Amino acid sequence: MTEMTVLEAIRTSLDEEMAEDDGILVLGEDVEAGGVFRATEGLAKRYPGRVVDMPLAESSIVGVAIGAAHYGLKPIAEIQFADFIHAGFDHLFSEASRWSYRTRGDSWLPMVVRAPWGGGVHGGQHHSQSIEAYYSHMPGIKVVAPSFPADYHSLLKAAIADPNPVLFLEHKRTYRLIRQDLEAGPAEKKIGHSRITRTGRDITIVAYGLMLHESLAAAEALGAEGIECTVVDLLTLQPLDAETMLEAARATGKVLVVHEDNLTGGFGAEVAALVAEHAFEHLDAPVRRLAAPDVPAMPYQRAMEEFFMPNREKIAEAGRALAAF
Amino acid sequence: MNRVPGYSLSESECEDMYYYMLLARRLSERMLTLNRQGRAAFVIAGAGQEAAQVGAAMALSKGVDFAAPYYRDLAVNLVLGMDAREAMLNVLGKKDDPNGGGRQMPAHWGNASRRIVTQSSVVATQLLHACGIALAARHRDDPIVVYASCGEGSTSRGDFHEALNFAAIKKLPVIFFIENNGFAITSRTDKEMPLQHVADRARAYGMQSAVVDGMDAVAVYQTVKPAVDQARRGGGPHLIEAKCYRLWAHSSDDDDSRYRTKAELEEWSRKDPVVVFRARVEEDSIFPPDHLDEIESRVADEVTEATAWALAQPDPEPEDALGFVYKDEER
Repeated sequence: MTEMTVLEAIRTSLDEEMAEDDGILVLGEDVEAGGVFRATEGLAKRYPGRVVDMPLAESSIVGVAIGAAHYGLKPIAEIQFADFIHAGFDHLFSEASRWSYRTRGDSWLPMVVRAPWGGGVHGGQHHSQSIEAYYSHMPGIKVVAPSFPADYHSLLKAAIADPNPVLFLEHKRTYRLIRQDLEAGPAEKKIGHSRITRTGRDITIVAYGLMLHESLAAAEALGAEGIECTVVDLLTLQPLDAETMLEAARATGKVLVVHEDNLTGGFGAEVAALVAEHAFEHLDAPVRRLAAPDVPAMPYQRAMEEFFMPNREKIAEAGRALAAF
Repeated sequence: MNRVPGYSLSESECEDMYYYMLLARRLSERMLTLNRQGRAAFVIAGAGQEAAQVGAAMALSKGVDFAAPYYRDLAVNLVLGMDAREAMLNVLGKKDDPNGGGRQMPAHWGNASRRIVTQSSVVATQLLHACGIALAARHRDDPIVVYASCGEGSTSRGDFHEALNFAAIKKLPVIFFIENNGFAITSRTDKEMPLQHVADRARAYGMQSAVVDGMDAVAVYQTVKPAVDQARRGGGPHLIEAKCYRLWAHSSDDDDSRYRTKAELEEWSRKDPVVVFRARVEEDSIFPPDHLDEIESRVADEVTEATAWALAQPDPEPEDALGFVYKDEER
């Protein structure tokens, strides 16, 4: 049995892949010392010269990774906190996302950008953000947001093997919170697949990251009340596996989508639109979105942070109302 | 190799130098004609910068070194292997344009087999890509040099400063080549920086630098070549500023009479690098009489042939807007 935290699963994946392929370089701030979350701990010593401390400049981290990938290496860029990735937005959006498109496949970028995202860690406005909506609006970039250690392990390997730029989102609250036996758990090996994690006849809850775990806890509580939930773990946001989610929506007729990001223009809007467009005749209730309020960012102080974030109680409450509709 | 005294180049290289400068100019003139005829929607050219571009590109090892050029660098692309037909396919947005089949505006070069790095319209991003390529090549013990160019206006962007900083920290073999043509569209250099020379920035990054007369192809070559050789030997990056002058408007959509006088333009036209180079080699009697006229005539024929040929090539199908979003998704 190899029970691991999310963080250990990520580190193991990096280690295993770097051992296999000497073309993998890790680029990021403080990564030689293991990084602030220690995801790269031990790698600099094991793979001399292949773990590269970068200046404190995210545009450089992403831009240099693009160049290294263009040359033919497999750079894995670490953004210290997803909140700071926006200085590299231009390189992801204007460059990496269209490197293959604009050259008609003459050039491509086998690169991974890892970014710890999400709240619940008292990180305030700039260490808690959800960034997925911005970066899922870029055809050409793949966006992966797992929830369980086994999926982190297998999907990070898939991201490294992928010939395209992959933004690999790691929910920082789950880093040490969630444990799993890697061999026992299902491990998704393909980017672009979602998973039905729990099956129930009454409502479908769609989530990813920390909110997937909160949704499963809410589903457990609702089950005790006689409300049976299907829970869909999206795993990949771009390209999105619409069919798995739609299958669940058609089966239950009621859909609740949950995320930590602000409501308006959040990823839930895409889920709701797909369900409305392709499963309308199966619906028994309007699609419900449970998300953070439309304020600019997550506040620091504990009570406000809790108010901002969805959690198992809020999900259960929304689920109850949806089931009763 | 017998070098022509004062040129650091062989006789045949001197011929190449003139040929590429002239080809770039004549192609650009024809592109502008195509624009005025309504056949090319947009033209952006490097008239006045040919000496800088050819002088720098000839210092590179063709097909070995990487180039991350910018949109005025037609002549750099020609030196590195692009031909007149391809240049015309590009400006016409034809299906077989090797730079991307009409997916980008013209002059956004990219050709993996020639090691010309695809670029966007966002200026100075390519300087960081150049650093990444250099870092990766070092990891593979591949002794290449990366040429990365931009205009002086682009040096206002953070990416310029980040790239210089990173390249200097890692002593990367990158030649940052700044074609200072005096204009960022309408803005003069004094609105971009309080310094006389972009090259002065190098000191702040602990980098070697040089300022060179960008209207003099030989001087540019003589400046860039040792920097390339030194970078290849592990000597680190260089910031080289070529002082040029943009002889044309910013693009086919710009009217430069709004912001510069005829007198100024006339004065600079007397320093036209293509004309000046021809006068110099004539004065030095490097080639037999009539040889330069033969080059002129060869270039004119080449441009005419390439234009007619490219005009007859197929446009992309509307559905060619799809595909190649991801590497594994072909079309």
